[in-house]
Amino acid sequence: MKRVVVLVISLWSLLALGQVAWGGEELVISTTTSVYDTGLLDRLNAAFGERFGVMVKVIAVGTGAALRLAREGNVDLVLVHARAAEDEFLRGGWGINRRDVMYNDFVLVGPPDDPAGVGGLKSVAEAFRRIAESRARFLSRGDDSGTHKRELSLWEVAGVIPDAPWYMESGKGQGDNLVQASLMGAYTLTDRGTFISLQERLELLMLVEGPLNGGDPLLMNPYGVIAVNPAVYPNRNYIMAMAYIGFLTSPEGQHIIEEFRVNGERLFVPMALSREPRFEQYVPQDWRR
Amino acid sequence: MPSLLSAVSQAFSMIVSLDSYLLSVVGVSLRVSGMALVISVPLSALVAALLGLARFPGRNLLRTLVNTGMGVPSVIVGLVVLLLLSRSGPFGGLGLLWTPTAMVISQCVLITPLITGVMLSALVGVDRAISEAAHALGASRLQRVLTVIREARFGFLTAVIAGFGRAISEVGSVLLVGGNIVFPHGVSYTRTLTTAIVVETRKGQFETALALGIVLIVIVLSLNLLASRLQRRGSW
Repeated sequence: MKRVVVLVISLWSLLALGQVAWGGEELVISTTTSVYDTGLLDRLNAAFGERFGVMVKVIAVGTGAALRLAREGNVDLVLVHARAAEDEFLRGGWGINRRDVMYNDFVLVGPPDDPAGVGGLKSVAEAFRRIAESRARFLSRGDDSGTHKRELSLWEVAGVIPDAPWYMESGKGQGDNLVQASLMGAYTLTDRGTFISLQERLELLMLVEGPLNGGDPLLMNPYGVIAVNPAVYPNRNYIMAMAYIGFLTSPEGQHIIEEFRVNGERLFVPMALSREPRFEQYVPQDWRR
Repeated sequence: MPSLLSAVSQAFSMIVSLDSYLLSVVGVSLRVSGMALVISVPLSALVAALLGLARFPGRNLLRTLVNTGMGVPSVIVGLVVLLLLSRSGPFGGLGLLWTPTAMVISQCVLITPLITGVMLSALVGVDRAISEAAHALGASRLQRVLTVIREARFGFLTAVIAGFGRAISEVGSVLLVGGNIVFPHGVSYTRTLTTAIVVETRKGQFETALALGIVLIVIVLSLNLLASRLQRRGSW
């Protein structure tokens, strides 16, 4: 019995040792898996942390969950890509000081034999119609993420109501969803970044591209950053959130985004620096003066 | 598709080279599960002793509740803890969300019923004659209780190991309330072995994910070996 007690006590003291302690300031941001999984944030946060002496905690979820966590006051800042949901977040007064940060694009990917014959089409709506007509498998994220929201709006543009059995939802993050689509031989919509970083492991081809490569502008994928409103959640670190927004949209932050490569390919295009900033980035899109 | 062999060799080289990311992830896993165990075990022992040895109205209902608690999905536990600790929730002011403490709390909720249940069945399994013999030898009530618990000690050890196994292999709730946070240069804050496996799988780094899984299994296996040695010695 004594031996057990000694064992327990030594385990206990072992546990007390080496606890990660950070006495300094911290910034909590929620963002989408599509940004996090590329590794871009690690690069940005390391530079930001060094300059401001702050530890950045990243919660990587879908856009819907990221905004929900912010609405409940659990993060200081969101970096997401679903303009309609962002607008609702701004209108509700939870977030303020939105800025455009960067963009990439969505791409339609599918099995190499391309049963719906959509390869090389210029219009993603036309591609979606052909997939529906040929009843080829389509795997949706189905998780209220930015990519999922965009996919739903594209079905609407195409004038098609997706239906069983060819249309399926996985409820997974971007990477997992691509892996599953590859195994199922299904079409799916993805952001270019995640697809490029996974490409070698997938039996999927990029079939319809977005504006990053001169494709359909409907596939434009802009990322916005929004601070949580300190009037709603006074305990959140608003000052540091604004410092982060300033850093992301500064020449230094934009340069890191510009230079970021995965497998030699560029994933994001910075869009914060402009001689004539777009007014629409600051307010909900239907805002009237 | 990756081969199992390359995963094994990667796991081996990560362990041998004391990969700093691996060490910090393992550290968080052990600390969180260990802390949850340190809190849950005494609590469970107390509840199990009450439910197993005392007689009072509502005892059967409580036993049923413990048994039900053993089967609650971890995501549900995580979700409830998330809502409780959320800034807009009842305990939001404590600022515990996205910390290892939040993970310890959800793990305690998760493993206490399991440990209690296994301890309870160990206590109930002790031969009634032992308690009666102690009584005949003039043992007090407390001494009789301690005698029965002593008889059930192997079952108690099994309960502790089962609790630790569930805690360290758990994904859903720690992902939700810990936030899976890692600091620059791969220093884990709330990333455990299991949630690291989720991230690596999502990134398509299947070999790394499998390697982390192998490390997890090795840890659980060595603790089980230690425990079975303790049991076989039987001197305690």
